[in-house]
Amino acid sequence: MGEIQLTGHPASPGLAIGPVAVLTSVVASRAAKGDPAQEAAALKAAIEGAAVELAELIATVHSEAAEILEFQVAMLGDDALAEGAYEAVAAGKAADDAWRAALDAEIAGYRAADEEYFQARAADLVDIRDRVLAGLNGADAIAKISGDSVVMGDDISPSAFLAVDWTRGGAIALAAGSPSSHVAMLARARGAPMVVGLGPLPSNGQPPSLALVDGDAGTVIFDPNPETRRLFEHRVAAANAARIAADAGRLKPAVTADGRRIAVLLNVAAPEDLAGLDPAICDGIGLVRTEFLFEGSRGLPGEDAQYAVYRRILDWAAGRPVTIRTLDAGGDKPISGLTIDGERNPFLGLRGIRLSLARPEVFRVQLRALCRAAVHGTLKVMLPMIAVPAELDRASAMLDAEFAALKAEGIACARPPLGIMVEVPAAALCAEDFGAAFYSIGSNDLTQYTMAAARDIGAVADLNDAGHPAVLALITRTVEAGRKRGVEVSLCGDAAADMRLTNALLATGLTTLSVSPIAVARLKAAIAGVTA
Amino acid sequence: MHDTNAHRATQIFAPLTASAVLVNPVGLHARPSVKLTQCAKGFTAKIEIALAADGPWTDAKSPVKVMRVKAPQGATLHFRISGPDGEAALTAMLALVHDGFGEA
Repeated sequence: MGEIQLTGHPASPGLAIGPVAVLTSVVASRAAKGDPAQEAAALKAAIEGAAVELAELIATVHSEAAEILEFQVAMLGDDALAEGAYEAVAAGKAADDAWRAALDAEIAGYRAADEEYFQARAADLVDIRDRVLAGLNGADAIAKISGDSVVMGDDISPSAFLAVDWTRGGAIALAAGSPSSHVAMLARARGAPMVVGLGPLPSNGQPPSLALVDGDAGTVIFDPNPETRRLFEHRVAAANAARIAADAGRLKPAVTADGRRIAVLLNVAAPEDLAGLDPAICDGIGLVRTEFLFEGSRGLPGEDAQYAVYRRILDWAAGRPVTIRTLDAGGDKPISGLTIDGERNPFLGLRGIRLSLARPEVFRVQLRALCRAAVHGTLKVMLPMIAVPAELDRASAMLDAEFAALKAEGIACARPPLGIMVEVPAAALCAEDFGAAFYSIGSNDLTQYTMAAARDIGAVADLNDAGHPAVLALITRTVEAGRKRGVEVSLCGDAAADMRLTNALLATGLTTLSVSPIAVARLKAAIAGVTA
Repeated sequence: MHDTNAHRATQIFAPLTASAVLVNPVGLHARPSVKLTQCAKGFTAKIEIALAADGPWTDAKSPVKVMRVKAPQGATLHFRISGPDGEAALTAMLALVHDGFGEA
């Protein structure tokens, strides 16, 4: 039999070669059917047993997988799920038939949904259905699958996925399935290649024995010819080598092809963003957004709560510089009880530093927390939405006052250097006039204020171009002001993570870019390709 | 503000209603519906949700029924709540939706 190539949709990237393991549904028949009361009791016991099994499984898996299983537990624990089944049992139906019919009706409702995301939840309902059926039939719910296999079937349940050790190089090839399914999310998290929507799988009498899975292209080749297999093995080896190089490059300093050292910093919104990250991937943190502290229903955060969060971030950075931005509320970031409701044009209203200066009682608390945190590392503080030097001067005087007050109280503190975000064209044009300790260009707002076009208004979004010569001219002007005054200039907007702009940004003389952690490896690779 | 003493005196709880837009990326799907029902179960008040101001209303304490609503992102979720702790329940439910169920 010759090789068979099927094309589906990529659901999790990566390449894999392995023996085929066919998923079979458990079809054990039940012994005898009892009277309605016995059948109802059997169904109840099977549902409760399934919930216990899931709870045991939750204890052994990681957080994302646990949340998926908790959804199943919540559904199983809801009487509404089995309502129809109990009614059918009372009318004389066997427990397994009644349960299957009730769940199939529920599953059909999910499959008929408009949103793919809801359709994809059908796999969770199938998982619940089969787990309870296995309990009723006294069978093992999940057949054992070796972790180096290519698992082939119509669809795969989260339970079946979680029972496999995916570190051994296996992959998944499905006739149906969805890239939005819980299993696809898990596969991406575990690095298991997965292709869905392949259509009818080959099974001329006996299933294929070997499969090549390309989770990037969304193709699967069953029983490949020797030449096909050899070429695929070359690709696997090359991909492994490239991944090892990229991972290694992430830890190396960023240097252009002509030898210029570029500092790569991180943008983070909360300390949780740093979990699991090696500080060696960056030269520091270029932007900590503090809005998260003020959101939600918790009310305005106190000094101690803020201090604890800032300190955690400084501790993580282990001496690398950390730039924390003071509260940047208003505009598109309303905070109840703080920002002004119903401003006619919030982007041109009381936002950023303007709001902080208007609400000194809130601003002072943040400045105090920052002074206290400053003793735990290299802290820099930046002010958002600065338009004129007087705003920086007023904030600077408030910082001095809070620092002096803390010192007088005998509380450990330091006065961090105070810099400005350059996001208002006025600040870029007159950057030299500010007594700032550093400049950080906020390219998102600088672009929208320069082009007078918001990126979330579709009709004008194409005007919102950070690579426009006018925006680049303002960036160049800011870089020159920093050079003349001998202070650092960095850029922390989305433009830094847009690899099409890396060349143009470095051509302005910028030597420091700040991006989200996920973009670090790609940015460093792009920087390495910049020649002049 | 509601006069809570007047409520207590009469022991009649006029249904409270409010609405909020679903801002989390994929609507009221698996994890958000679990969070919503867990939060709702913490109150004695009867809590119902709907996609339109005039219903049909769905029991917000049942994950199976909440999932059947299939509320997509951008949909307006209406709440109808009646019970002694209705105001606290409404505040909590709205906060959960505004927070994007912690996913936004």
